[in-house]
Amino acid sequence: MTAQTPQIQLRTSPHMKRGVTVERIMLNVVLALLPIVLFSIWQYGLSALALIVTVTATCVVTERLFNRASRSASTLSDWSAVITGLLLALTLPPAFPLWMGVVAGVAAIGLGKVLFGGIGFNVFNPALVGRAFVQAAFPVAITTWVPAFSPTRFSEFVPTTFTVPLMMPPDISEWARQALDGFTGATPLARWKFENELTPVQDFLTGAVTASAGETSAILILLGGFYLAARKFLDWRIPVAVLGSAAVLAWAFHLHDPGHFPEPAFVLLSGGLMLGAVFMATDMATSPVTPLGVWLYGILIGVVTVSIRYFGGLTEGIMYAILFANALVPLIDQYTQPKVFGQRRSS
Amino acid sequence: MNLFSLTRRKTFARGVHPASHKSTAGTPIRRMPFAPRILLPLAQHIGKPAVPIVSVGQEVVRGQPIARADGFLSVPLHAPVDGVVEAIELRPSARGPWTETIVIRTFEASTQEVRWSEPRDMDALSAREILQAIQDTGMVGLGGAAFPSHAKLSVPEDKPIHTLVVNGCECEPYLTCDHRLMLERSADLMRGIGYAMRAVGARQAVIGIEDNKPDAIASLAAMVPEGGQIRVVAVKTKYPQGAEKMLVKAALGLKVPAGGLPADVGAVVNNVGTLAMLGSLLPQGQGMTERVVTVTGPGIKRPGDYWVPLGTPMRTVLDWAGAESVSEREIILGGPMMGQAVASLDVPVTKGVSGILVFDQRKIQEEEARKRYPCIKCGECVKACPMGLNPSMLGMLAGAREYDLMGTDYHLGDCFECGCCTYVCPSNIPLVQQFRVAKAILRERAQAIHEALAAEQAAAQAELAQVMEHLPIDDESHLTGQRFDFGHAEGEGRKLGGSRHKINPHPTDKP
Ligand code: SF4
Ligand code: SF4
Repeated sequence: MTAQTPQIQLRTSPHMKRGVTVERIMLNVVLALLPIVLFSIWQYGLSALALIVTVTATCVVTERLFNRASRSASTLSDWSAVITGLLLALTLPPAFPLWMGVVAGVAAIGLGKVLFGGIGFNVFNPALVGRAFVQAAFPVAITTWVPAFSPTRFSEFVPTTFTVPLMMPPDISEWARQALDGFTGATPLARWKFENELTPVQDFLTGAVTASAGETSAILILLGGFYLAARKFLDWRIPVAVLGSAAVLAWAFHLHDPGHFPEPAFVLLSGGLMLGAVFMATDMATSPVTPLGVWLYGILIGVVTVSIRYFGGLTEGIMYAILFANALVPLIDQYTQPKVFGQRRSS
Repeated sequence: MNLFSLTRRKTFARGVHPASHKSTAGTPIRRMPFAPRILLPLAQHIGKPAVPIVSVGQEVVRGQPIARADGFLSVPLHAPVDGVVEAIELRPSARGPWTETIVIRTFEASTQEVRWSEPRDMDALSAREILQAIQDTGMVGLGGAAFPSHAKLSVPEDKPIHTLVVNGCECEPYLTCDHRLMLERSADLMRGIGYAMRAVGARQAVIGIEDNKPDAIASLAAMVPEGGQIRVVAVKTKYPQGAEKMLVKAALGLKVPAGGLPADVGAVVNNVGTLAMLGSLLPQGQGMTERVVTVTGPGIKRPGDYWVPLGTPMRTVLDWAGAESVSEREIILGGPMMGQAVASLDVPVTKGVSGILVFDQRKIQEEEARKRYPCIKCGECVKACPMGLNPSMLGMLAGAREYDLMGTDYHLGDCFECGCCTYVCPSNIPLVQQFRVAKAILRERAQAIHEALAAEQAAAQAELAQVMEHLPIDDESHLTGQRFDFGHAEGEGRKLGGSRHKINPHPTDKP
């Protein structure tokens, strides 16, 4: 047939597509992350800028090198390595030594993604795999915080940024105290947990808190989330389920013992819960495909996060909560298969 | 519940919203002239091909039967033009393989008048006689499936039908032929609905129309006879609203059981185009000689709905509608969601062709340049599948060639190939295409197993016959034991029984 009329191409239906591509989804996630990135740089200055650029570049280069090694076509055009890099950088302390950032980036792409077979096959969120790796490898550096809005942030780097590779970073507590009066070096969650001291809500909203590079801008995170959800590039059910279940649980505890347990607002705004709920739990490849499964998954993350914060040894729980839920996704999917049209329950 | 249905638009769950592109909806249907040669494949419907009753060289007039139905699941063919039968030979068909085709050379003086008709008094006919009359028109479902209409309206006795659902959704983008027919042939449509209701014994009829066609809804609502047996229902504009099960759900709120037919819930679905044509053909006693075809798409200069004589070659239609350098375009028969690309321009318009879409080369190239990614588990396909399947999982299983698992655990058999999953997939995975292949392979396997079992049974039976033949005590053989040996027969039987398990249910299939 084709020999007779070679010009006509035979394809099968549907001959029309929605036109939303993987590239377009990923690019929009990058766009939604940009305001958070810019805010972080404005807050923490040169060190945050250097960290974000380094980690993102590491992720991109690592992915490219793995492509080369496996002789496959470049997968950079799908932007997912950029997203992993940006998210990973945003979860690190702003003055995290750059060489450790490189380690985190290589771990994120190598262990978190390529090991499983690349985009779509990864079981765990790659950024969180990278973050978990450096948390275990460099426990001190990952909890060394610097003050936001230090007056010298655009004129000098924090001393730890340029730590010589394979060396321990210098102690910067003295430097930090000079940079900003009254800086304690503890995150709001740590201060609540160990000193029972609550950070006021307005500090969270203005970003005047101690935290990882991208955790302080709740409003920008939510705006990015709204944008992506409105354009259907993320499943709104996930952040709603995560934040909703965390809030409800926190509220129940607060009612039970207001003296010890903080208000839901503090729980939602502190730490990485917001960033995790909007940008990391929603990673498509590592979340369920069924609508019911998505609700279960989100609720699980919210509940585990609050439980770790309240009863675990760690101050922050979102990272392990998401990784834990990621591991359960195949199981959740299995048990929440959609109901076939016209299928009776019994059969 | 009632309040609920007032505020909520009638529809089904999930589905997709492709851009409609129905630019031809506002233009009246125009007539297309006769082509110099008319090609009528004997198989333009589902079922057995028709049998020619004319010979080469014979002159025929427009409307004259030229092939008869071969059994129940078959329909006759009628000459669409005045002309002479030039040949009965193999010609290319839209699907590719060449099929037996009657070729008619059109007389230049051929007129639009249908010259072969036997007007009849429809009121005098019984249900059975109406069905026979429908078969004689050669009518098939005009929505695209081309299933013989009389067969569709013949429901089993044990499934009483209460409602005739009339499908005026036309949910496929681009197509407007049903829309125009509803506007221009509403009286015929009402008549056709009446005949079909009598044929199936339905008490009421519901015309389901997507709410993007308010003019059709209004004009039909104004036409319905008093008494309320026929109702017009606006359903939500969503693909695939026109799929039988989806429409029955939207219009009546009834769910057809998985693997079942609308008749299982007391409904029969028919397309508006089919019923409108029956409404005019039946009383006049004529056969189907033409149909409305939407000719449109970016590659067409004069898009519109046309009355096209059956058998008109695609090339002629495209020339007439102004498609230039057609060979470089992609041509699709039917709508863009479920239509089929044609293998050759020399194929004719047949009874099941609802639309001819011509896309331009640039769009196709863009589409083909799109990269394919692994499934990123976005879940869009799960949210789109109107049948409630998990296309993401089915797609992964198809990739791993786990076809049996697809059928047993993931309900592949319920997929009706609407294409919503492929439409939404951001990874550009050809999901429905894979499902079609998987279904074909499963069918083949079932067939192979069936045949193997049948062969085995036949062998066992032959052996049994042999045994029986020698069972009467035949002294000689009994004594010598040469001809017959029970032990042997039993052993053989075991072997046969055992070999049943040896049929490999997972034959390695070549890609
Ligand atoms: S083609 Fe099949 S699997 Fe895909 S959406 Fe339609 S019914 Fe579901
Ligand atoms: S739409 Fe495509 S990428 Fe998304 S879950 Fe379905 S198969 Fe996977």
